[in-house]
Amino acid sequence: MENTRNKEYYISEFRKTEASMNGEASSLFHQVRKDAISRFEELGFPTVKNEDWKYTNVKQLFDFDFTAGSAAGVTKKDVDALHIKGLNENIIVLVNGVYSEKLSFVKKQNSGIIIENLNSVLKNNPELVLDHIGRYAAIDNGFTALNTAFAKEGTVIIIPDNAEVKGHIHILNITGEAGKHILTQPRNLIVTGKNTKVNIIESYHSTGSEENLVNAVTEVVVGENSFVEIYRLQQENEGSFHINRTQAVQARNSVFTHFSVTLGGGLVRNDTNILLNDGNCTGNLYGLYLTEGSQHVDNHTLIDHAKPHCQSNEMYKGVLNDSSRGVFNGKVFVREDAQKTNAYQSNKAILLTSDASIDTKPQLEIYADDVKCSHGAAIGQLDDEAVFYLRSRGIGADLAKTVLIRAFANDIFETIENETFHEHLNQLVFEKLG
Amino acid sequence: MLTVKDLFVKVESADGGKEILKGINLQVNAGEVHAIMGPNGSGKSTLANVIAGKDGYEVTGGSVTMDGMDLLDMSPEERAREGVFLAFQYPVEIPGVSNATFLKTALNEIRKHKGLEELDAMNFLKFMREKMKVVGIDEKLINRPVNQGFSGGEKKRNEIFQLQMLQPKLAVLDETDSGLDIDALKIVSNGVNLFRGKDNAVVVVTHYQRLLDYIVPDFVHVLVNGRIVKSGGKELALELEEKGYDWVINPEAETAAV
Repeated sequence: MENTRNKEYYISEFRKTEASMNGEASSLFHQVRKDAISRFEELGFPTVKNEDWKYTNVKQLFDFDFTAGSAAGVTKKDVDALHIKGLNENIIVLVNGVYSEKLSFVKKQNSGIIIENLNSVLKNNPELVLDHIGRYAAIDNGFTALNTAFAKEGTVIIIPDNAEVKGHIHILNITGEAGKHILTQPRNLIVTGKNTKVNIIESYHSTGSEENLVNAVTEVVVGENSFVEIYRLQQENEGSFHINRTQAVQARNSVFTHFSVTLGGGLVRNDTNILLNDGNCTGNLYGLYLTEGSQHVDNHTLIDHAKPHCQSNEMYKGVLNDSSRGVFNGKVFVREDAQKTNAYQSNKAILLTSDASIDTKPQLEIYADDVKCSHGAAIGQLDDEAVFYLRSRGIGADLAKTVLIRAFANDIFETIENETFHEHLNQLVFEKLG
Repeated sequence: MLTVKDLFVKVESADGGKEILKGINLQVNAGEVHAIMGPNGSGKSTLANVIAGKDGYEVTGGSVTMDGMDLLDMSPEERAREGVFLAFQYPVEIPGVSNATFLKTALNEIRKHKGLEELDAMNFLKFMREKMKVVGIDEKLINRPVNQGFSGGEKKRNEIFQLQMLQPKLAVLDETDSGLDIDALKIVSNGVNLFRGKDNAVVVVTHYQRLLDYIVPDFVHVLVNGRIVKSGGKELALELEEKGYDWVINPEAETAAV
């Protein structure tokens, strides 16, 4: 099959879209898009010749005629089933990448708090986002370039100083349409002021089993003394492609915690990056990936200690079954100024079969001299003796393996305070393993 | 209850495997305690592991049945559900799985198999606390991961605690006394003695006679080089203690020396 959706196709789509824009084409924000499409033209899509994409070949993407989708096929019932039971949530629903007002619900919040879809903000208050979009997630690869060039739909969350957000904010993406292959490019921006706290869930779901492509970029500005937690739940069908770039920048005394839970997707590439840009910050990256069949999940992370006295903790765990493939590349940079850095990184994977495989590369680049850094990678199988021990007490082989895998995966979720949400995650893991 | 008939067992290995058990015959009836003693390498643990269903062994002849059921044809979990319990010589640590979760899951699988209702969390905890008192295990350990951070002796005590919790029909204790000081030995023996009764049976595998002062056997068998070379009552254990294993292997040598 010919490469129909190649670089040239998207550039020509950009020109077409631009031509139908009227007034908006001269807006300040559109300039951001134009710069991005130029970069896209220079960069093209990444190939395995790019060091960072060495283990993840995206050429399959060009086989599918990706197109936009409609909101028609998804009902309220479909979406209600994806709410997190018992959790106090504000829900922003994007169907095939487009905000759905009728399926969304945001609670009454204190003044100044903005939980809005990007399209509205660009129309009505673009100044809210102009200083931020594109500032943090540098365009260093074709996917980020493409997302920026077409940025129009997504979620904007702005929390002013000292504001208290009521409830979790759940950005619920549901993608799919019978007989089509849908492309969505959500662009999210989260900006928090000083002394605030917000918990955000970013979930991705499919309807149907068609192969779709989600190319998402999320930029997060974490204000002084603020706590921002993001849980990314990837639950799409096992044919879909998912490219996700998340970039957080932290101010003094802040804590940013990101959970990346990958259960679905046929080809998934997550880039989760933190810039510790001020003293006394803590950045936490936790990840769990459970793969089966021929799933390919590539987790790339970067923690950049630019300033002194910061702490970072990273723990990623994977369980790979059948002939699935995992990739983990965790970079930690400690810059010259970043004295008294504490950086801990660990990646552990269990391969359940001899056909499953993982490529793992921890990378530490340390330019300061008074630091504590450690990293570890451990790859193994389920402990046969432990399996036998459980079986010798009457626990069946399958349940024994599930018990051990759950025990392995569990400590990723240990720090989650909200019991309801913790239980929801346990349930997702249980269902995936079952 | 347990009938081992002409059992030949090979330990699997890359170069074809080595025959360890060379024709074992053993009959254990309900209400009885049998001790299997023997020098290192005689095949004591092999026998225990084959009864429990551990991988890595090939039965090349004979049979092992319990109450008429062919054990060798059953998976380890099926054997456990029918009432076989092996107290391991080297119990493994299971990080992330608490003693409570482990035992509740096991107990309920066994109860399900027997057609009994599963114990709910509250009743299970009550039952667990009772048994912890019997074996002298600190309540703090309920939520600790199985065997993690336990000393050798504590692990052995945990095995006997599980014995008390699961109430099997046939308990096989594989060198339960190794690594125990006298106090731990007494506690572990007490747990076994409280367990033994007319409806169950115990097979104690041990190298030393000392344990048998506390868990007094009805029958003693001496296993040497994969064969039971001598059987007798509890006095046999004392004779072995006095004369050593050589006496059993070469009884003629002794008479010749006289």
